[in-house]
Amino acid sequence: MDINLTLIGQSIAMVLFVWFCMKLIWPPILAALEERQKQIEEGLAAADKGQESLVKAAAEADDIVAEARKQATSILDQAHSRANEIVADGKADGVKERERQLSAAKAEIEQEANRAREELRGQVSAIAIASAEKILNREIDGKAHDDILGKLAQEL
Amino acid sequence: MAAEGGHGAQTSGEYIQHHLQNLQVCKDETGEWVWNTCAGNPMTINVDSMFWSVLLGFFFILLFWRVAKKSSVGKPSKTQAAVEIIVEFVNSSVKDTFHGTSRLIAPLGLTIFVWVFLMNLMDLVPVDWIPSLAATAGIPYMKVVPSTDVNITFGMSIAVFFLIIFYTIKNKGITGFVGELTMHPIAPPTKGWGVIAAPFIIAFNFILESVALIAKPVSLSLRLFGNMFAGELIFILIATMFSGGLLLGAGGGLLHIGWAIFHVLIITLQAFIFMMLTIVYLSLASEKH
Repeated sequence: MDINLTLIGQSIAMVLFVWFCMKLIWPPILAALEERQKQIEEGLAAADKGQESLVKAAAEADDIVAEARKQATSILDQAHSRANEIVADGKADGVKERERQLSAAKAEIEQEANRAREELRGQVSAIAIASAEKILNREIDGKAHDDILGKLAQEL
Repeated sequence: MAAEGGHGAQTSGEYIQHHLQNLQVCKDETGEWVWNTCAGNPMTINVDSMFWSVLLGFFFILLFWRVAKKSSVGKPSKTQAAVEIIVEFVNSSVKDTFHGTSRLIAPLGLTIFVWVFLMNLMDLVPVDWIPSLAATAGIPYMKVVPSTDVNITFGMSIAVFFLIIFYTIKNKGITGFVGELTMHPIAPPTKGWGVIAAPFIIAFNFILESVALIAKPVSLSLRLFGNMFAGELIFILIATMFSGGLLLGAGGGLLHIGWAIFHVLIITLQAFIFMMLTIVYLSLASEKH
């Protein structure tokens, strides 16, 4: 257990080992460690950013869907109102057409009636004249009373 | 109680003595290098301590160097991961304690930690294995735990001691170093009649501070040496029980296991303390008050 040359030998060995460690071992290992730390840090940051943009994208998608829904609703509303309009227009057209046809039919009927009345009137006056002729043939000259008979036929 | 130790029948006292004897080579008075007759000769080399210490140092260097050369950022191998855990541990210890920038201190801490740990780890090899092997190869003595050799621990702590002085001078200058030795803890008076007392106060400070300075490497090495030597001695004492019959041998086996498990803690702790104190001393040397 005496102090001897071993001490110096050990000191020299230690200096050499420490020097070797300082030059060739510590720097590359620590560099790798620090590099990995940096990579992990960056990876985590990137993951955070990805998460963030995902949230943002989801919100954006929600907005777009809501907008689309709103548009769809408004288109539907428009379509409904247009349909109602068309139906209402159709109804109005129908009513008008009906009235037109009705009035046309009425006019035709009236015309027909007038024509028939005219005819009847002619026939009645002819019959009246004929009968009056037959009655008056003996007594009165038909030609002298033609104007009275005409007036009568007019009043019928 | 005879025990097997490589030389046939021995008393347990001889057995223990034998286990505590280094394999030595020394230069005697005639200038010849002779083996194992070196008691009291300072020109002695403890061949076994030196051999195991350097071997373990190379083991550390080669293992870590291999990892360092192939170290990849992406997907570390298991060895690399293990090495990185140790490096990370040392690095965080250094960063917690040492607040300067130094390219030396962290690798120094790593070398000390792993090397001392490996030297201490030799304590867990059963005490007779390697000496018996050596004896069959014709080597009479073989102490396999370098850190039970006071020369080894002092060799390391003296290197640390010179580093302390170097760092103090580097960071505070020669005047700072001398001032640290002489101006604390009592500041010598500079005015009035008190100046007469100044040389005495400086001398007092110097004695106090140089003792404190020298105590650093001494305590550093003796702490490690004492712990490991005591641990080794207990292993040897337990080993003497193995030849004392079945019952004593079985008891010795149990004791050996128990002590070995406890010793795992001690060897790690001592390696850590040696590293930590080195860092603390060097950070004290670099910090300006």
